[in-house]
Amino acid sequence: MKLATQLVQVGVGRDRETGAISMPIYQTATFRHPGLGQSTGYDYSRSGNPTRQALEESMCSLEGGKRGMAFASGMAAVMQLFRPGDHLLVCDDTYGGTYRLFATLGAANGLKFSLTDLTDLDALTGNITPTTRAIFVKTPTNPLMKIIDLEAIIGIAKRYGILVIVDNTFFTSYLQRPLEMGADLVVYSATKYIGGHNDVVAGLVVCGSEELGEKLAFIQNVAGAVPGPLDCWLLLRGLKTLAARLEWAQASALHLARFLDQHPGVKKVYFPGLPGHPGHELCKKQARGFGAMLSFEVKSKEMVAQVLEKLKIISFAESLGGVESLITYPETQTHADVPTEVRRRLGINECLLRLSVGLEDACDLEADLSQALRPW
Amino acid sequence: MGKGTKLIHSGHEVDEATGAVSAPIYQSVIFAQPDVDTVGKWEYTRAGNPTRAVLEETIAELEGGKYGFAFGSGMAAIAAAFFIFSAGDHILVAQDIYGGTFRFVHRLLPRFGFKVEFVDTSDINNIKNAIRPETRALFLETPSNPLMKITDLGAAANLAREHNIVTIADNTLMTPYLQRPLELGIDIVVHSATKYLGGHSDCLAGLVVTGKERLAKEIRFIQNSIGAVLAPHDCWLILRGIKTLKVRMEQQQQTAVLLAEWLSSQPEVVEVFYPGLPGHPGRELHFSQAEGAGGVLSFRLQNQEQARRLINSLHLPVIASSLGAVESIVSLPATMSHAAIPEETRRKLGLTRELVRLSVGLEDFEDLQADLTQALEVARLSQD
Repeated sequence: MKLATQLVQVGVGRDRETGAISMPIYQTATFRHPGLGQSTGYDYSRSGNPTRQALEESMCSLEGGKRGMAFASGMAAVMQLFRPGDHLLVCDDTYGGTYRLFATLGAANGLKFSLTDLTDLDALTGNITPTTRAIFVKTPTNPLMKIIDLEAIIGIAKRYGILVIVDNTFFTSYLQRPLEMGADLVVYSATKYIGGHNDVVAGLVVCGSEELGEKLAFIQNVAGAVPGPLDCWLLLRGLKTLAARLEWAQASALHLARFLDQHPGVKKVYFPGLPGHPGHELCKKQARGFGAMLSFEVKSKEMVAQVLEKLKIISFAESLGGVESLITYPETQTHADVPTEVRRRLGINECLLRLSVGLEDACDLEADLSQALRPW
Repeated sequence: MGKGTKLIHSGHEVDEATGAVSAPIYQSVIFAQPDVDTVGKWEYTRAGNPTRAVLEETIAELEGGKYGFAFGSGMAAIAAAFFIFSAGDHILVAQDIYGGTFRFVHRLLPRFGFKVEFVDTSDINNIKNAIRPETRALFLETPSNPLMKITDLGAAANLAREHNIVTIADNTLMTPYLQRPLELGIDIVVHSATKYLGGHSDCLAGLVVTGKERLAKEIRFIQNSIGAVLAPHDCWLILRGIKTLKVRMEQQQQTAVLLAEWLSSQPEVVEVFYPGLPGHPGRELHFSQAEGAGGVLSFRLQNQEQARRLINSLHLPVIASSLGAVESIVSLPATMSHAAIPEETRRKLGLTRELVRLSVGLEDFEDLQADLTQALEVARLSQD
């Protein structure tokens, strides 16, 4: 069965009693036991809820994993897999919130981490220490859209017995399947493409092994950071249109990347779909598309405020992956928590804008960008 | 602004106070008044609710009208449109309509003294000949469901206007993304928003749109008096559905065209009904008033046993009485969606038990084709 078909059919046929095509929303905290020492399989919604389970199992099968789990935030759960003294290698070009999590809560719990340029495999190997437990990969990177060689990283990690955790938020399993390439865990901000409508905040983790699944299930139940049944249902609803949304949005993104690339007011465009992008060929090899996220540098810092102010259709808001196009300013917004010297070293500067391309007509988005970039 | 962009930015969706990109769900029945003498914009949710207003303004904008109204189901919306008329009024109704609408106009409206007459509206002369001095309304559905007959909306609207007749069009199958009857002169558009607008088979809803203030006043009165309004959370779900209408409809239509062509060449299939097919009698007219053929098609097999077998052997499409969802849905209109129509009438219309209706979902074309191939094989074997 093709992925598009699998996506549409998530949750269908689960409710055998009524045949309801839409998964029921089990808005219940607890479940009545048939008798002492007996269980229906559900006891208390923190440990397991049928609606959440439908989402978790669907994600697991879509990603080709062994176990899926839904969280109010996926990253915090994954971090709890590690112990004081453990060392993690973290992709240097990553969302500011991820950096903040490692730098504050992670450090407070004795975790050590090194921000590493994962496009440089020698640097990566050089950073591995006897206490290194995991490599945290994000590809494409955020916001500079670098493509990380998953096969190579997984190969190195296997040699050293290190876990590979891939944040697949930008591409989703529809475009990129890290578990099938040998990664151990895939994490998501499900708020983005999975939900797809800018209306639910949630995280998802899919495990490549039963062992990791058991560990995370323990953390999920004990720490209890689970999303509610209605939010799980909305995520299931989002999954059904994922293929259609992503196909449309990425076609528009390619169109806009080409437009911006030719625009005199734009210094540089970061989009793996452009042939000149250093990760273009690698992206073609390990993913089924180029996604719908792109970043670009305008000619001057002064233009940033103007562009953000003048855009009419594209909303100035922090998030991505929704039906509505959103633009953000990494320098002071999504990546404000990354230290300035790290930002500068990476190339995140005061002229950089990140665009999440939505489902509006591409010509309208182009016209909106064009008027906002004037007089260039 | 392009019609695809409009679906996402109707201009009513962002909460000004907070900037929230998703419209807030006002799950509130009442709205406090500042003092005993002052009534605010909102009073009581039956009369009006901020979330419902976003949906109502959005659909009005998309259909090219001015006033939108949301109801608890498609039938509640259709009923509201009919209830602006009175006892003694003569109402002309397209004969090939959804079974639920048929049941309503055939069994319920006569109780209130309405005189209902069915006509084959695919020929404008039939409408002309049926008009009487007391004719007040003309109800149309194009393409018709499930036989996909096409009615000339512009010509029907012009003819009706000459006789002071109010025209109502059910635009469920096309949605404003493909067809906008108000722009062709129709007075009122009704929707089962349960179908393409909601799009996920998870929310029952109906909508009415008009551009005329006089009609809007009547419909608003009926909406508030009868109170068959759509709840705030459901309004929000329909709004959420509308955001992906373009990508769903474009994709489903593309698959429907391929399936219609492929089914036409299958020996087990006697006839395919789909306005996107070159041989369809209403094709030219349809494309003069709509921008696509949509995602629903019907086809006739050789006998009813084959049709039954085919439906029962399909794995992907759900067997259910609905359409316009992300999941493909297959049905036997004669015993399901159109069962309310008396057998004899059904036979006259061609709504027989060999006729299968398929609402094409977002599944991959090749998967649907493979599923239909194996089911047709089962159907064929049943005959041998």
